[in-house]
Amino acid sequence: MSDKVYITGIGIISSIGENTDVVLNSLNLTATGIGFTNYLNTIHRNELPVAEVKVSNNELLEIAGLADKQAYTRTALLGMIAAKEAVINSGIKDISEMQTGLVSATSVGGMDKSEHFFSKFIKDNKAGKLNDMITHDCGDSTEKIADHLGIKDYITTISTACSSSANSIMLGARLIKNGILDRVLAGGTDSLTLFTINGFNTLMILDKNGCKPFDKNRNGLTLGEGAGFLVLESERAVNSANKEILCELKGYGNACDAYHQTASSPEGYGAYLAMKKAIDMSRLSIEKIDYINAHGTGTLNNDLSEGKAIEKLFGSKIPKLSSTKGFTGHTLGAAGGIEAVLSVLSIKYQIIFPNLNFSQRMKELNFNPVINLIENAKVNNVLSNSFGFGGNNTTLIFSKV
Amino acid sequence: MEIYIKGIGNISPQNTFNNEYFLEEIAEYQDDYLKCIEPVYKKYIKPMLLRRMSRIIKMGIYAAKVSLDDANIDIPDAIISGTGLGCIEDTEKFLSSMIINNERLLNPTPFIQSTHNTISAQIALMLKCHNYNYTYVHRGISFESALLDSMMLLRENSANNVLVGGVDEITHNSFLITKRLGHWKNLSINNLELLNNKTRGSIAGEGAAFFVLSNIDSKQNYAKIKSVSTFYKPENYKTVKDNITEFLKNAEIKINNIDLIILGLNGDTKYDDIYYQLMNNYFKNKNFAYYKHLCGEYHTSSSFVLWLGAKILKSQFIPDIVKLNKQQDKPIKNILIYNHYKNINHSLILMTGC
Repeated sequence: MSDKVYITGIGIISSIGENTDVVLNSLNLTATGIGFTNYLNTIHRNELPVAEVKVSNNELLEIAGLADKQAYTRTALLGMIAAKEAVINSGIKDISEMQTGLVSATSVGGMDKSEHFFSKFIKDNKAGKLNDMITHDCGDSTEKIADHLGIKDYITTISTACSSSANSIMLGARLIKNGILDRVLAGGTDSLTLFTINGFNTLMILDKNGCKPFDKNRNGLTLGEGAGFLVLESERAVNSANKEILCELKGYGNACDAYHQTASSPEGYGAYLAMKKAIDMSRLSIEKIDYINAHGTGTLNNDLSEGKAIEKLFGSKIPKLSSTKGFTGHTLGAAGGIEAVLSVLSIKYQIIFPNLNFSQRMKELNFNPVINLIENAKVNNVLSNSFGFGGNNTTLIFSKV
Repeated sequence: MEIYIKGIGNISPQNTFNNEYFLEEIAEYQDDYLKCIEPVYKKYIKPMLLRRMSRIIKMGIYAAKVSLDDANIDIPDAIISGTGLGCIEDTEKFLSSMIINNERLLNPTPFIQSTHNTISAQIALMLKCHNYNYTYVHRGISFESALLDSMMLLRENSANNVLVGGVDEITHNSFLITKRLGHWKNLSINNLELLNNKTRGSIAGEGAAFFVLSNIDSKQNYAKIKSVSTFYKPENYKTVKDNITEFLKNAEIKINNIDLIILGLNGDTKYDDIYYQLMNNYFKNKNFAYYKHLCGEYHTSSSFVLWLGAKILKSQFIPDIVKLNKQQDKPIKNILIYNHYKNINHSLILMTGC
């Protein structure tokens, strides 16, 4: 059993960079990843901006050092690249030296290939390449990552819409605290697909001008893609290898808004509960939270609901806050993992990222997000929110050691 | 800490949704796939909501409600489900209309209901339950992942009553695709002849089984779950055997004290070999049962077998239809369940009587 769970490695791929260094550089330069798609064959390609990873599937294969074009979905490739970076970053040479688990998350899984199959299949049910279907389910990308890295001891996959990978990090921590594993690679991956672009478009929550989280004139989210993974380790694992610790996962909370399948409650009850549980668990007073990496999608509904919940919990002492979705877009099942990596970077480099595209405060809220990069900030504790369809809300708290 | 099964609810291709019955009448099929015998849903779901719900959502909510009523629990401390493929009917609907209509003028409802967490979320919404809510989606161990999480929550004392279930639906298209992938037998066979056919492929099925697990002892409890474990891509028979040995060792039980072993035999000659090897060696001379001839093969079929185990332990009766060999009439205390999905995802569950 371990009372504490430490983060010893991070890995990320997103529209603002194919690894941690490039991502950090983009954040420092306030360079957004939002633009128009190079790879998706959609009728919305010139009208709806997205935050696309700026490399083709062939180039992703090359980065991952793989040859077989048929075998991998974009979701799997993104996951493999970020997960491997986290393992290397953690200084792990031989993964089998210690019981290691993989908890991954995704919302669309291999839909990028299923779409391809289905376009042939609906005209003729004997048509369509079957290879495109064996990767459809959410477990596929997880097993591809596990096989790529040689992880065998425990694997599973979570899908709770946009909080999926925050939940995989929470489960990873609980597997360690329950003494089931000493080390867990946890995070998530999602690629852009026609399915999600059209799905969110029919809900009329995609902003044609790119997302403007917490702005009075916000008009929807921008879809993104990518993957983010953390290496979580027990006290014993960290001590036995004398490892460098990036930070500690001090708190987590999961709650259900139970208000509507897609909409959040106006007062943000589920969001409030998730944050409250995480803070209670961390035993930090609210004044100790230095930075909130908000879910902040840029939809009318989320930012109001999340904002209200933050005001209820923090009262007049609202910490510095930003949504980084103006950089990365909303990466759905990967968002919790990507934003966990950004939270760790905030602690490691003592920086707070700006909330892009903000100009006017929402009339319902009495706080503004951070709009310029803050360097030499004092960041000891970061609270990261991930909220999803179905009211699946999760909060994680990362703390400097 | 002991973990008890306090309530059960099971919708399957057999007559199982009424907890008073236990496989007295067996449904026989000579079909492409086994579909659930569905209840009249309006007992638990408002007609206005029913119209928009796909089968998997209805089955999931109904099974969940039956198990909650059975356990006499209004609001569980957690809702956790496992599903291999999630809401495929709605996924297909949205995907097809997107392709046919060339991405124009789409109805959002199937998209909204296509996400894998819809069932857990809809249960929470119906119960107004703001507690812990998770959905596991890992192929043949989706339900076992949910079960492990439930047991951790109870052991952490984060919960006293957890609603946990396994749900998967079959659609005609998903059957056609998986048939082309070679998952099912070429010719449809009688489901009760599943093991006699000795050919490649299994019979497709579906189901929704929910349970209320509790860390509180009570006379009405069905059984205890002692342990659950999964393993991934074992190299060979020996690795399988080693994993089972270690599982039993960690659970502090000897193989000789297992009264019944329920196996995931699915009639596919390529994959059943592991079970037969175990039956002839490591599990030699034990009492065996199987279940996939009743519910078909699907990712979360282990939720059906957990229901079967709970029923057997509570009633101290093994229906003939699930017996694989001649068995002496003796009390059934410990049941071991072993299942694997295509020799990739393997799982073990140990249950004991209360």
